[in-house]
Amino acid sequence: MSRASEIEESKEREPIAVAMSGGVDSSTVAAILCERGESVIGLTMQLWDQRRLPELRPLGTVPQRCCSLDDAYDARRVAQHLGIPHYVLNYEDRFEETVVRPFVDSYLAGSTPVPCAQCNTHVKFDPLIETARKIGAERLATGHYARIRFNETSGRYELLRAVDESKDQSYFLYGLTQEQMSRTIFPLGELDKLSVREIARRAALPVAEKPESQEICFVPSGHYVQFIESYLTERGESLPEEEGEIVTTGGEVLGRHQGLHRFTVGQRRGLGVAVGRPLYVVSLDRGSNRVIVGEDEELRSAACDVRAVNWIPFAFPERPVRATVKIRNRHEAASATIEPLAGGGARVQFDEPQRAVTPGQSAIFFDGDLVLGGGAIV
Amino acid sequence: MNAAMRRVYLDYNATTPVAPEVLEAMLPFFAGNYGNASSIHAFGQKCRAAVEGARDSVAKLLGARASEIVFTSGGTEADNLAIFGAVSAAPLPAGSSAGERKHVVTTTVEHAAVKSPCEELERRGVEVTYVPVNREGRVCPEKIAGAIRPETVLISVMLANNELGTLEPVERIAQFAAEKKILLHTDAVQAAGKLALDVHRIGAHLLSISAHKIYGPKGVGALYVREGTQLDPLLFGGHGGRDGRPGTENVPGIVGMGKAADLARMQLAEGSPRIAALRDRFERGMLAAIPLVRINGCCAPRTPNTSNLLFPHVEAEALVIALDLKGIACSAGAACSSGTVEPSHVLTAIGLPMPDAHASVRFSLGRYTTDDDLAYALDVIPPVVQRLRSLNPQWRDAAVAEKA
Repeated sequence: MSRASEIEESKEREPIAVAMSGGVDSSTVAAILCERGESVIGLTMQLWDQRRLPELRPLGTVPQRCCSLDDAYDARRVAQHLGIPHYVLNYEDRFEETVVRPFVDSYLAGSTPVPCAQCNTHVKFDPLIETARKIGAERLATGHYARIRFNETSGRYELLRAVDESKDQSYFLYGLTQEQMSRTIFPLGELDKLSVREIARRAALPVAEKPESQEICFVPSGHYVQFIESYLTERGESLPEEEGEIVTTGGEVLGRHQGLHRFTVGQRRGLGVAVGRPLYVVSLDRGSNRVIVGEDEELRSAACDVRAVNWIPFAFPERPVRATVKIRNRHEAASATIEPLAGGGARVQFDEPQRAVTPGQSAIFFDGDLVLGGGAIV
Repeated sequence: MNAAMRRVYLDYNATTPVAPEVLEAMLPFFAGNYGNASSIHAFGQKCRAAVEGARDSVAKLLGARASEIVFTSGGTEADNLAIFGAVSAAPLPAGSSAGERKHVVTTTVEHAAVKSPCEELERRGVEVTYVPVNREGRVCPEKIAGAIRPETVLISVMLANNELGTLEPVERIAQFAAEKKILLHTDAVQAAGKLALDVHRIGAHLLSISAHKIYGPKGVGALYVREGTQLDPLLFGGHGGRDGRPGTENVPGIVGMGKAADLARMQLAEGSPRIAALRDRFERGMLAAIPLVRINGCCAPRTPNTSNLLFPHVEAEALVIALDLKGIACSAGAACSSGTVEPSHVLTAIGLPMPDAHASVRFSLGRYTTDDDLAYALDVIPPVVQRLRSLNPQWRDAAVAEKA
């Protein structure tokens, strides 16, 4: 018996913790595991106090009750329905420190962050696994759409895209370590969205008809600019260097902007300049506090550098690897050659130049369905 | 989860089970004697008699007159009524200059039912002084006296702290309050049933208690209002009882509270020493079995049932969950409505650094805690603490450092 299957064997009798957000996906995970006869413990992370930044709430909505996300109540209702123990964990401080603050700082520095990837790396799969282990659950199940498998030959855990491409979340999971993957299960990775709803309905879950959430959980209605400004105001910090120039790649000044954090690379609308041809944000220059705009082809890059790459099926590639690369969650993966760099980074050479390669976003390398690794675009 | 798992309840400060005698007393007042205590007819009269009987019982528990007892929806409403009612009714004291704002003195370790009203008073333009406490959670009466100003209209200091069990020197504070002719409120929610209470000995004008902390039902409390004390109402409506609080009286609840008060009075002499002995045994056992454990508030006079333990290098939130999964109910920090744990303002007020505040767990015993319960707790808790520590890198480092 191999070591991995021995581990599997000994884990069988242990309870499994489920990260329950109160949404339909993670609730269904809990239901699936209960159906399999596992001993399940539900855990809900309280990440952000919705009473903060009240000015961001849509007009006419009632302030949330004391430290309650309604989602935490939904998770508790599901747990009650399934007859499993359920606990809410307060991760507000950690979330603010490792996700919200870097999110804000990243925008202020002129890049466009991926907070969900940060949250997975720093909140979900680290402290949550640790807490799960402390309370006696060696494994954590989540509602992510992705697959993990153990490769007997290499002795490593591998991350794969979900079977349902439309729901695939591997873009946000490339930071998982071997240790984390050895303790993580993704029961939805083999399922499609419709089957998940079906299971939720069959199990009569109270959230079976709950709509999916699409937005960044702490930014209400997707208004990240207002969020950043309200957050800084609440913290008593000023917006750094508000005004600046909007210039073309050729150096021609076209107008002024109200803060770099209001722009992302590839953005076309809301520039406030009209020159009779479509212009796009090509880059954000923190040093000169300038928004650089240009035409569509100037937005294309043949290559980009990626830092702090996490490689998954191997510790480090010996030579350049061929891969398809996603540079945004909704990006169609493009063929490229990845050349590992000293210091843990990599250079991505696209076969065809790619549009709007955006600093701060993640670049993920695939070999078919297999996630080779990824990191943050520099 | 195994339904037959042994469960040991060590969270009596959060709430207590309804005593069987209390339940029995309440049952006739749901479907049988369902009258409105304010009605003229026989249905109403029967309930009025029951409510007034309960009022006598509560008054007796506190050494008060029945006419001085106001039934409320719980300890929180009693505290709110005392604070808002007294501050609103109080004229600005003579000698304070015009335009001066009213002033309230309280402590940094009050329950949220006092702390939040005080914060709301501040938003409404009242000044509030929060007098700090010592490392045991006890406030110095002279410091309270020192905080009094000409504009001070109310002092509110709890009798016993919910988290530590620490007793506050309310009697001494009452002397200062009397000298300066300032109203004194005390939140006695955690003291009732655990200590002998006598409003005259204590010297408070206003004293809050809650039924569900003394083996009565949830949703009922009482405020003692010393005769002649001016209070503005908190609620407006009809059907007021003799105590002036509007709203149809919660007859079964009030009857339950009355019965609970009778039981508390009769069982105090015997029950308190028994519980204190169990608590002391629990603490000795924990100190002996688990390295580095400390007792928060151990050197001050405490309620006999409360044990707040600090387990260095243990995350209290995880410990509470791990123990719940083993059937032991205890608590960390102030439980919030969604069930999350926030760092306790009481633990930081006694000067615990954040990591220690996050490593403290409250065990509170009660009337139905048995020797067997404690034996089970002493069996289960040490290995769970050990497991949590073994998963904490800091503990591993500390353990390695110790061996070196």
